[in-house]
Amino acid sequence: MRPLQSYRMRLKRRRAKVRAWRKHFSLLPVQNRTSKIKPGDVLLFSTFRDEYVRLPYFMKYYRDLGVSHFIMVDNNSQDGGREYLAGQEDVSLWTTKASYKKARFGVDWLNWLQGKYGHGHWTLVVDPDEFFIYPFCDTRPIRALTDWLDTSQVRSFGAMLLDMYPKGRIDAVPYRLGQDPLEIAAWFDPGNYVIEKNKAFGNLWIQGGPRARVFFRENPKKAPALNKTPLIKWDKRNAYVSSTHMVLPRGLNLTYDEWGGEKASGILLHTKFLDTFTAKAEEELERGQHYAASMEYKAYAESLRDNPDLWCKWSEKYINWRQLEILGLMSKGNWA
Amino acid sequence: MLVHTAFDRAEQVARHWAAAGCPLVIHADKSVPKATYDAFVKSLSNLPDVRFSKRHRCEWGTWGLVAATQSASQLMLDQFPDVRHVYLASGSCLPLRPVQELIDYLAERPQTDFIESATTADVPWTIGGLDQERFTLRFPFSWRKHRYLFDRYVALQRAVGYKRRIPNGIVPHMGSQWWCLTRQTLSAILSDPERETYDRYFKTVWIPDESYFQTLARQYSRQIESRSLTLSKFDYQGKPHIFYDDHLQLLRRSDCFVARKIWPFANRLYDAFLTDKAGAMKQTEPNPGKIDRIFAKAVERRTRGRPGLLMQSRFPVEGRENGLTCAQYSVFEGFSDLFENFETWLAKATGTRVHGHLFAPGRAEFSERQTVMNGALSDSASLRDYNPRAFLTSLIWNTRGERQCFQMGPRDHVKKIEWYIAKDPNAQISVITGAWAVPLFKSNANFSDIRQEAARLQQTESKHLEVLRSPWTKARVRIWTMAEFIEAPMEPLQTIIDEIGQQNLRGLSEVPRMSDLSGFGQFLQNLKNQGMHPYLMGDFPVAHDPHEPQQNKPKPYLVQ
Repeated sequence: MRPLQSYRMRLKRRRAKVRAWRKHFSLLPVQNRTSKIKPGDVLLFSTFRDEYVRLPYFMKYYRDLGVSHFIMVDNNSQDGGREYLAGQEDVSLWTTKASYKKARFGVDWLNWLQGKYGHGHWTLVVDPDEFFIYPFCDTRPIRALTDWLDTSQVRSFGAMLLDMYPKGRIDAVPYRLGQDPLEIAAWFDPGNYVIEKNKAFGNLWIQGGPRARVFFRENPKKAPALNKTPLIKWDKRNAYVSSTHMVLPRGLNLTYDEWGGEKASGILLHTKFLDTFTAKAEEELERGQHYAASMEYKAYAESLRDNPDLWCKWSEKYINWRQLEILGLMSKGNWA
Repeated sequence: MLVHTAFDRAEQVARHWAAAGCPLVIHADKSVPKATYDAFVKSLSNLPDVRFSKRHRCEWGTWGLVAATQSASQLMLDQFPDVRHVYLASGSCLPLRPVQELIDYLAERPQTDFIESATTADVPWTIGGLDQERFTLRFPFSWRKHRYLFDRYVALQRAVGYKRRIPNGIVPHMGSQWWCLTRQTLSAILSDPERETYDRYFKTVWIPDESYFQTLARQYSRQIESRSLTLSKFDYQGKPHIFYDDHLQLLRRSDCFVARKIWPFANRLYDAFLTDKAGAMKQTEPNPGKIDRIFAKAVERRTRGRPGLLMQSRFPVEGRENGLTCAQYSVFEGFSDLFENFETWLAKATGTRVHGHLFAPGRAEFSERQTVMNGALSDSASLRDYNPRAFLTSLIWNTRGERQCFQMGPRDHVKKIEWYIAKDPNAQISVITGAWAVPLFKSNANFSDIRQEAARLQQTESKHLEVLRSPWTKARVRIWTMAEFIEAPMEPLQTIIDEIGQQNLRGLSEVPRMSDLSGFGQFLQNLKNQGMHPYLMGDFPVAHDPHEPQQNKPKPYLVQ
């Protein structure tokens, strides 16, 4: 059974690679500055669509962490985001008008770009509304983390998605260009997550948080997955299978300890729930370009019309990574 | 000084040593590219007392490191006849105290060898079960690159009972590879007529750099101080912990001469310690224990984790949880059926958080019937039933520091959670069997419905009791039949509450109000007459009720 299963996983991985190759024809280079990439650089990969308002702060955040080069895919933005990024010296930019859904929500595009430019580098795959937090991120650059992972012979680093939301109506405070979104969406659910192990891929399947609590309380199985493995020492044979939730080969999914200990892990602060979200939910619903027939967005659009307040009495206000560590949402592992 | 990466830092540190008048011999790993090596040699060419020794290939855990150390030491002894103490350092070592202090310190102890050296039997450091065996088996394969061969070969040698002879009856010792030896001891080791024999033997010992000098120093040293002057902490895999900028204060207070290993980009550390004036270290109170504690805690977290926490990077397989939940909690079954105000009474008597039926079909009945609890845990029944185990572990984790109590009963969704609670040593479960009949007795339903419901509840509860009485149960379980319990209710209540062990040392001042049970015996008899046999509540006489119910007589004080 096990060799057979391994073989099936291998086929899956090959298929993902072939898909990535097929889809890369739709990518048009806007600015290719990848020749500037030096060995040992940490690279960031991302896709975006009409998210100009978020980009300046996003770039600042990750530059401060020590990301050296950004490889971005623009999915037909109309708001000037593409032009803004094309002018940034540390960005290599591609653009495409192809379907986000048919590229398996951008995974195919990034798989291809990662295979081409990310081999041998630590690559961070995040969306423009995700902010990566790791132990000691306030005092140590991301290179300290990747060096440590290298010496520990660890190839992947897990970071759970933590949904952030404002207190009061989601659309009450407008988000301004360049602003830290955590100033508005400062709250999160500290302790209502459920975990199951995905036996086929070996990853953990995490659900919960405000989306399960508010939008999926009667249908928890459909609540979105929160487990992610965004930081990986990329090898050209690797392939993300479903967003950054699952990756092959399976060993990369083992970002958790099964013998009682804690491995080091981080958090992706997910600042989706800003005033931009209500409009976006409606629009995405129309486009139907998201996962599972945009069911998630359907649920949002319905609930949001009535009561767009995710905050509750037991919501916790974000302070820093140590707070998340104490709450048990992430761990230092044996990094000290 | 052994160097293999971060040559700019190595150069910086070499200059620091040289500036204090220490001659240096540098060994660079043979796998370093020639261009890099040449540039490094050139960068240090303006220092008079720096030599470069013959290069060896140094892979972790192999003989190369010892060979490198031997050549470098030999060169040091030959070229610098005034040297009395030789300090073995690496390129990622950082002197914390002024070098002059170290020189003075060694000058006061001219005969002392500082080398950590202990027999294998006495140290817990070893990993992988190879302690004594690392000296009695052969290890020709690399542990890093050929793990499979390494493991197979060890297994094979064990299987055939192979054992090497340790030459000349030396006693193997182990310890940190960073030592400081006197010329006398070091030269005696290097010019030993038996050195050939020892070298041959140690070449196939596992991790010889931690045992070669440590063992041989014991042969010649006049005075060994078994400790390393280099502060170096190891994690559970035997890798050294790395120091970063945010360790600055910690290192200042460490009171050690040299620390290893420093992250090459830790600018603040290098800037601070390579330019510190003589007094900088003195200004702070030394507190070397703190470093030990921090790193010991890190190892503990990695190997044992936080009990009762399920999270993205800690998800133990069954049996390895090291605590299913993080704190003790109490489960009450039947109490809220028998007593009218049990929840409020319990909360008052114990000062704990008392919930209703957390696993009730309609919703999780949190205390004060809140819709959301600590941790933003929702009261939605479908969310709870989606993963009841996560629900309970989260609740206990989220309320750390406050004991939780909740009700359970055969009307609840217990199937998916009962085993989990039963196996949890943190659970204190108290059951009054058959008490579920009291609400039926008080209800206004048709008797045929009551009979059916009673049969169902009785069956559920008896299955549940089987679980609680199984040999796998680790919870503290107490079971009374209802008849038994109402005979003398205060005694069991007092026991349970003493065990919860909060406040209340003076005994119970107030008793919970018991339901009026007059007619309950007859009610049970009616069930029997209908062919349903209620047995879980014990023996209730039909005619006369066992005890005058307490409820109407005010008997609020109990003197102990």
